[in-house]
Amino acid sequence: MATVNVVRVERNTHPGIYPILLGLKITFMNMIRTLFMGQSATIQFPEQKRVSSGRYRGIHLLTAREDGTPKCVACYMCATACPAECIYIEAGERPEKSIEKYPTRFEIDLLRCVYCGFCVDACPEEAIMMSRENDLVGTTRAELIIDRDRLMERGKLAEYGPGYRPTDHDVRRPVRIAALERLKKEHGIVPGMPHR
Amino acid sequence: MDLTAQLIGGLGLPPFLVAALAGILPAVLLITFMALGPIVYVYAETKIAGFMQDRIGPKRVGPHGMLQTVADAVKLLFKEAIFPASADKFLFTLAPCLVVVGAFLSFVVIPFGSRVQGADLNIGVFYVVAVSSLSTVGLIMAGWASNNKYALFGAMRSAAQIVSYEIPAVMSLVVVVMMVGSLSLKDIVEAQQGGLPYWIVWRYFPLNVILFLVFFTATLAECNRAPFDIPEAESELVAGFHTEYSGFFFAMFFMAEYTEMVVLSAVASVLFFGGPLAPHMALQTIGGVGLGPFWLIAKAWTLVFVMMWLRWTLPRLRVDQLMHVAWKVLLPISLALVVVIGGLTLVLPRGFPVVDRIVGWPIVLGIFAMLVVGVLRAVQWSRRRIQEMAA
Repeated sequence: MATVNVVRVERNTHPGIYPILLGLKITFMNMIRTLFMGQSATIQFPEQKRVSSGRYRGIHLLTAREDGTPKCVACYMCATACPAECIYIEAGERPEKSIEKYPTRFEIDLLRCVYCGFCVDACPEEAIMMSRENDLVGTTRAELIIDRDRLMERGKLAEYGPGYRPTDHDVRRPVRIAALERLKKEHGIVPGMPHR
Repeated sequence: MDLTAQLIGGLGLPPFLVAALAGILPAVLLITFMALGPIVYVYAETKIAGFMQDRIGPKRVGPHGMLQTVADAVKLLFKEAIFPASADKFLFTLAPCLVVVGAFLSFVVIPFGSRVQGADLNIGVFYVVAVSSLSTVGLIMAGWASNNKYALFGAMRSAAQIVSYEIPAVMSLVVVVMMVGSLSLKDIVEAQQGGLPYWIVWRYFPLNVILFLVFFTATLAECNRAPFDIPEAESELVAGFHTEYSGFFFAMFFMAEYTEMVVLSAVASVLFFGGPLAPHMALQTIGGVGLGPFWLIAKAWTLVFVMMWLRWTLPRLRVDQLMHVAWKVLLPISLALVVVIGGLTLVLPRGFPVVDRIVGWPIVLGIFAMLVVGVLRAVQWSRRRIQEMAA
């Protein structure tokens, strides 16, 4: 015979009218607070927006050099680190000897992206960052594959503020090392040391 | 009635037309007021629900979302009314009509003012009781005709609930009728003339407050409002008796629920809070215009607010808890009050006078203590009995 241990839970320890009155008081005070003191939790969305933290991982953006060209050197580190494989890069040659490459195409499929921020961690140039923008809308799938020029646009940054960006190098190290190892193992590429 | 006749009489129409218009106009006005009322009540409900949950409710359609319910109503009117293939078409169509009729009929006897009343029936209170349970027939009909298990469950629950809660409600009505000595709502209003201290709630001071609470609770159950909304318990029965209804027929159920809330609140305010009488004699008329309708609607809407307040505070009762409240709490209290207040009415016909309440209190409190002890003993006895039966 199996034994069953029955645990008796004593619910409703104070039955009667007092809990009802307490509940009525709480809802009434809530009503007074929201009605007369304007303390509602509602954010009127399109007009008002929630203020998110400076580490918010929203839609990506590409940073620019002083002359307006992208900082990106098309090293494929971000595309390699990306777990969703949503970054597509085509590299072109730059005339300057010190920089060598730049992306002719840089596309991110925002529907595949999981917004993990690994691309930001992996980037040796601080070229890819994230913004706090999170409400991009499209009517087709193709619309939500954003290309280099749209990633370079920084107009929205004033509205939302910058999101997750490289500031803490110790946190980023493991991601970058793993990306370097995979790049070497799978593609046989050893990028040069990032220069600063 | 006479008021409208006088007003129309000034136009110089033939007498038969005056008589016809005097009958039709108030009815049209009342029905319009009642039929368009739910738009306001639903808006109020959504707003109050929002405020009580730290939200702000509808905000986009019209200023402060005031046209939201109008938009909802228009949407419901233009929606297709879907009939289930296996439903009884005739009963399915008849049910919402019956519910609405049951809710609207009570308005005939409600005195909006000393002369603004559909009809002063000499059995007014009895009529209200009879007619308000008519809508339950509609609910059961809806549940049966839908040919849907959940709808039928809802209907049966509704029947059980109305049978249980009608008793304490009627018992508390009986007490008021005993005190006044008349079933006519007009007479009940006239018995409370003199301002706030003369309202029936304050007679036999703590006793009638309890009586009002019993009546109000039973009323809440009668119009299927939370926390007694088991006939349409969303989390248990999909939508209860109106699961299969859509479009305009659903809107009718909705309308009936809110109308019934207002009707029963109006009845409660007539019975206990002086109905169309102002809290002070000076506020009864302003510049010769009677403010009766204003006071009645203000009191009724305050009670409606309390109903909404309760709905957004309390969770739904289980079916057995519901029966427990009706048969073991409300019924003993109301029966005891029938006996006690009935006896007191013989000794002190007008209740304790306002000044002499201090003298009256000890007696009443003594009786009240005995009452409480009696009820507690009854509850204890029933608990012991349940344990014995379980053992």
